[in-house]
Amino acid sequence: MSTATVTEEREPTTVAEREKPLGGRFVGWASNYIDERTSLSGFVKELGRKIFPDHWSFMLGEIALWSFVVVLLSGTFLTFFFQASMVPTLYTGSFAPMRGVEMSAALDSTLRLSFDIRGGLLVRQIHHWAALTFVAGIGVHMLRVFFTGAFRKPRELNWVIGYILFILALAEGFTGYSLPDDLLSGNGLRIIDGMVKGLPVIGTWTSFLLFGGEFPGNQIVGRLYTLHILLLPAILVALLLLHLMLMVINKHTQFAGPARTNENVVGYPMMPVYMSKMGGFFFITFGVIVLIASLFTINPIWNYGPYDPSPVSAGTQPDWYIGFADGALRLVPPHWEFVFLDRTWSFNIIVPVLVLGLFLVLVLIYPFIEAWITGDKREHHIAQRPRNAATRTAIGAAGVVFYAVLWAAAASDLIATHFSLTMEGVIHSLQALLFLGPIIAYFVTKRICIALQKKDREIALHGYESGRIVRLPGGEYIEVHQPVDEYERWKLVGHETNEPLVVRPNAKGRIGFWQNTRAALSRWFFEDRLTPLTNTELEAAVAHQHQELEHIAHEEDDEIRASHERAGFPDAPLEPIDDGRHSETAVHPTHLIAHEPEPGTAPKKNREKESGQ
Amino acid sequence: MAHEVGAHEGDRSYVPSPGLAVAVQDPVQVPELPPHRLRVTDKDPKRMNGAARGVYTLFYLSLAGSIWAIAAYMLFPIEDGRIDSIRSNNLFIGLGIALALLAIGVGAIHWSKAIMSDKEFVEYRHPTRGRDSTRAAAVQAFSDANEESGFGRRTMIRGSLFAALIASILPGIVLFRGLAPHNVPGTEAATAGDPVALLSHTMWKKGMRLAHDPSGEPIKASDVTLGSAVHVIPEDLAKLGHEDGYLEQKAKAIVLLMRLRPEQLVPETNKLEWSYNGIVAYSKVCTHVGCPVALYEQQTHHLLCPCHQSQFDVANGAAVIFGPAARPLPQLPIAVDDEGYLIAQHDFNEPVGPSFWERH
Repeated sequence: MSTATVTEEREPTTVAEREKPLGGRFVGWASNYIDERTSLSGFVKELGRKIFPDHWSFMLGEIALWSFVVVLLSGTFLTFFFQASMVPTLYTGSFAPMRGVEMSAALDSTLRLSFDIRGGLLVRQIHHWAALTFVAGIGVHMLRVFFTGAFRKPRELNWVIGYILFILALAEGFTGYSLPDDLLSGNGLRIIDGMVKGLPVIGTWTSFLLFGGEFPGNQIVGRLYTLHILLLPAILVALLLLHLMLMVINKHTQFAGPARTNENVVGYPMMPVYMSKMGGFFFITFGVIVLIASLFTINPIWNYGPYDPSPVSAGTQPDWYIGFADGALRLVPPHWEFVFLDRTWSFNIIVPVLVLGLFLVLVLIYPFIEAWITGDKREHHIAQRPRNAATRTAIGAAGVVFYAVLWAAAASDLIATHFSLTMEGVIHSLQALLFLGPIIAYFVTKRICIALQKKDREIALHGYESGRIVRLPGGEYIEVHQPVDEYERWKLVGHETNEPLVVRPNAKGRIGFWQNTRAALSRWFFEDRLTPLTNTELEAAVAHQHQELEHIAHEEDDEIRASHERAGFPDAPLEPIDDGRHSETAVHPTHLIAHEPEPGTAPKKNREKESGQ
Repeated sequence: MAHEVGAHEGDRSYVPSPGLAVAVQDPVQVPELPPHRLRVTDKDPKRMNGAARGVYTLFYLSLAGSIWAIAAYMLFPIEDGRIDSIRSNNLFIGLGIALALLAIGVGAIHWSKAIMSDKEFVEYRHPTRGRDSTRAAAVQAFSDANEESGFGRRTMIRGSLFAALIASILPGIVLFRGLAPHNVPGTEAATAGDPVALLSHTMWKKGMRLAHDPSGEPIKASDVTLGSAVHVIPEDLAKLGHEDGYLEQKAKAIVLLMRLRPEQLVPETNKLEWSYNGIVAYSKVCTHVGCPVALYEQQTHHLLCPCHQSQFDVANGAAVIFGPAARPLPQLPIAVDDEGYLIAQHDFNEPVGPSFWERH
């Protein structure tokens, strides 16, 4: 890359090295050529050795990113063959069962690119599977960010951008799903049409404009195609770049660990470690998607046939990410529709749309709600362990359950048939669960979090249960608690404790409504917290642990010595009992563990290079 | 946790507020980085060479996968009408590409984990907000620009600019009216631009025969056996081509014909004069969001919509008995013509399908 940067940092030792630029003469010349025209060396200097922290959960967003790249690549290939037209044609391609069937050019070209183009079906399946992993990747990435509090200042805006990306991904998924104009996706569009028509004031005309007249019309595929391959991807790519830029500007969050503070980043450099890891992960993501696409059929439109308003098969499900919306429609009780002021108010549509809208908006603005409740204006770069933010984790669990119930509702008919239940029983249970589930999840999660906090504190102060039972001279049995090492201990105690906001009168000496509300919410958010630990307390506890261990060891020695005496060998060597604890504990993300070699025999080559940094 | 923001950034006067974190007088101290531990590859040159061998073997394996994928493209062509040839084509090209990609990925990650230095570095963060001097300069830039342009002072210019900018978007929005057709007075398409008129009528009219879907064969009343359900379209629909609105008409006109014992039809909730000898015809378009209500349960005479599980009781005027739908399915009044074929008495009395705002 940049000769200038690298040679600055490395002392040229030999004449040959000084004369020959890094990577050879051509690379040196090319780097110089580009740098003299773009100042690229500055960019490489800034980002080339930028440090990223390491944690498996930081990979989840990458799944989404790389799936999206796969979607773009495979989608571009598909556009060369797909015809976004609803002109009726007679299918004459190589799939015999559909020959002679009248269908739109969209379905005809989809069948042709699947069955007449070598590898076409593969690319179509790659595109569909990658779209599914794209949305799924965003989902788990969002959950990671939410539960670790990584959306806190200064990353609130990036949460919002990422959230919009999620919505765009849903829109991309749905528009793409509808393009082949097959029976299943046509029914999906029919549902959208019905939903849109049910909206007050704008519904009828929105549907009329969307479909270019009456449903299904002959316009919708072309219009969705423009959205799917032009408008939505353009916005998506722009926001994605912004999302990544902000990630670089804010630097990545890291979990609490040795030497890791709110003011630094500890990890490996972009070049070469992350370039290799991230690049490699792109190929793994791509490879796994291709593997799935070559082994598992997805969306067999050739079985469904062209769209016709009359037939439909039982057990029709949308792609997974639309499920929660479909489920919301299913959970509405009968007869929620009224004629009022000579107009039809379809509350069986309006209510689920409003509920979903409210849910989505709440998730969108959650960072701002939490910031207001906590009054926290500091920057946060340490990702929290979910247990240490018990209330947030409980809220998140409630949200997950709410979503999961809606999602399960989208499969209500399959649940009923597979488990031999009544349709009514399934729906009524899910209706009850939609309200009770989140409440139960909230309280259970909160209690579990606090219990885990107490357990962490217990381990930090009193050590972990070693599983070693010792009988004391008095006949008493105890289990030996071993102290954790200081690095593990820091992970357990290295988090801050917050206090609820205190209500303070304003300049007029009054406490306003919002002030009270905020204080009440803050109390609710931070109640049930452990008191923070001081260094003195911790050190005293650790000292006590060591003292205890020494005491036990001493007693054991006495015991052994006494038994030697009883056996008539008072001078037998005193071999300490192996307590099963070795000094080597995994505190480092290295996965290959080896014993230190004898001094002087260790190969020096690699370590020397490193110490030169 | 102790925050020492600004310790290494002397010229940044901004210190974040302490918030509500409990300030501990003597907080637990962050331990230093643990001593770096060597990996086997760092200590044993043989293992290092082995790891390197593993990496380039994987890369060569990837090469083999790519070559295999190209070979599979040629070795497994799609033979006309042979579904198994499509399967082989998909499978073997896919496996080759998957191998090519996975081997690169695994190789690269193995390289980074076993061979590349695993020394951790510490990099300092800077407060996200700009330095005070930078912020002051930015404010100065705006205020100079404001001063020189009079943007803040000349309210008429500013106000009119905003008005003009907003108004300039409107024609673009108006153009989108063209997404849906306009009325064409005096022609057949007189109501083409009126969604409410279009939604309010179907192609059923007096005397039109009920026909099988999709063949268009008219249905004789005597052929409808007790307990059967027949998928019905208007006889004239089969004559329409796809260009003439076949799907649009069909989406409204589909009907489900069922024959029950006449005494099963509850007189209070049924228009018996719209049925014939226990044969009733109801719109097949769900009143919820418009899926075809295609599942008929003969024993209970319930209709079930497969999309959102709304259930309608045919014996009871297709009233909603479960699910999110609100209204009964509209009934098509039927009779029998001289030749014994089922015909419609007239169009539906109400719009079929999902509710819409102007419906009443």
